[in-house]
Amino acid sequence: MSGVLYSLVALGFVLIFKASGVFNFAQGAMVLLAGLALVRSLDLLVAWGFPLWAAIIFGIGFAAVIMAIAAWLIERFVIGPLVNQDGLTLFMSTIGVTFILEGAAQMIFGSDAYPLRLFPTDAWFLFENLFPGGILVNKLDVWGGFIAGILVAGLAIFFERTKTGRALRAVADDHLAAQSVGIPISWIWFVVWLAAGLVALVAATVWGTKLGVQFSITFLALKALPVLIIGGLTSIPGAIVGGLIVGAGEKIAEVFLGSYIGGGIEYWFAYVLALAVLLVRPQGLFGERIIERI
Amino acid sequence: MRAPDTSEILLEVEGVSLAFGGVKALRDVSFDIRKGEIRAIIGPNGAGKTSMLNVINGFYHPNRGAITFKGRTRARMEPFEASRGGIARTFQNVALFKGMSALDNIMAGRTLKMRRGLLWQMLRYGPALAEEIEHRHRVEEIIDFLEIEAIRTVPVARLPYGLQKRVELGRALAMEPDLLLLDEPMAGMNLEEKEDMSRFIIDVNNHYGTTIALIEHDMAVVMDLSHRVAVLDHGVKIADGTPDEVKKNQAVIDAYLGVAH
Repeated sequence: MSGVLYSLVALGFVLIFKASGVFNFAQGAMVLLAGLALVRSLDLLVAWGFPLWAAIIFGIGFAAVIMAIAAWLIERFVIGPLVNQDGLTLFMSTIGVTFILEGAAQMIFGSDAYPLRLFPTDAWFLFENLFPGGILVNKLDVWGGFIAGILVAGLAIFFERTKTGRALRAVADDHLAAQSVGIPISWIWFVVWLAAGLVALVAATVWGTKLGVQFSITFLALKALPVLIIGGLTSIPGAIVGGLIVGAGEKIAEVFLGSYIGGGIEYWFAYVLALAVLLVRPQGLFGERIIERI
Repeated sequence: MRAPDTSEILLEVEGVSLAFGGVKALRDVSFDIRKGEIRAIIGPNGAGKTSMLNVINGFYHPNRGAITFKGRTRARMEPFEASRGGIARTFQNVALFKGMSALDNIMAGRTLKMRRGLLWQMLRYGPALAEEIEHRHRVEEIIDFLEIEAIRTVPVARLPYGLQKRVELGRALAMEPDLLLLDEPMAGMNLEEKEDMSRFIIDVNNHYGTTIALIEHDMAVVMDLSHRVAVLDHGVKIADGTPDEVKKNQAVIDAYLGVAH
């Protein structure tokens, strides 16, 4: 079930949106960058004769450092100079970041499809003695769900309990006011982009294992959009639930409706769902209600 | 009002000029703020009052001139340096964290005072827990003081304007500032709200001994509240002194009532 995997990408979006009010178009590109950095360093380390476990640890460490550098550069040269600007301006700038990240990632690490084997990809067959064939459960999906759960719990606690989390929410609401209470905006933004980068890295490990690390991973970002709309842009649990709804919804629609209208529903069903949610609950299922005093 | 006993200078502005392109917002403005006083900056619209506050807390960097705060002189500083040094402020058009509750907004004012590491805070364990409780305590005191107990968990965007202003003051107080800058604390308020706010300002000054610099349009309020008043007009300081002196100053009267050329 790819729902969990959509959720992982959507999480990165929510994180940045919640913390800076910016819709980060570059999330897909960050997944690509993280995946390429990981898989290439892994290959290199193994070729140098490192044992696999050491290669994995160093590889993940290396990819994390790359994401930190990217976060610092983005804050320093793109987002930082745009403090106090409109959300739309910041959004446009992340589109620019997307192209630069995609280009740079492929220039440095290569543009082939690279296989990544971090998690088991075989499957369990449950309840085989109850009915013929049993239920097929992909181990990778279980891993994905497990990791997503930990991420969500960690992030939720981070936002609610720590002063940095509170500072992040503060920055998202009002740059000027945040500065006036002594929150260093550039540091906060670095933290946010770093966190989004690390979430991208996690997403890359799971997606990379499933599909191989390749350019088409960036298109995931597009699938994350309906997930966000359904779950609500500001809700971390919403990203998870939204992902599951989209993942399950598109498969079910394909199976039950596909034969009536010629199939291929999987590719656009998520957007239809999102549209329906927009009509009924514009803030998404879990989003903060939009309050505006007039 | 009686002026404070000390004449120690907390902040001194010397020859500050600020221009946006061809518009000269401030021209060679100098004045000082003494420790413990309520200092008003007044002037007609566009006189450069808010620009002056923005220079003091680091939002704007002056083109010329220097600012001495607590004995340290500098030409420019960043907003978070100002707040670290003990300058807090409120804004002309309330700038709160709209999605957050009144309590969280005021807690945000404690950001600089919290020291414990991220991990401990996430686990709510040991020293971090003690710290959180201590800060909540201080914040509850401020909430009591401003009489906003009833609304502490309400998202501030839902509050009426007067209460939002009060929460904003609370957030600034949570920083336990040495210098509190208030940009039109009473703009858009009705008479009753103005009286409340005046009372809070005087209490803050008396109780905590906080030095306050405020910008205000309401003349009656300014004359009642402040120990000394500086008057700006078109970016130039035209008068400075006690409320009574300023009231009689011919340049001030001309600036406010207009003068035949």
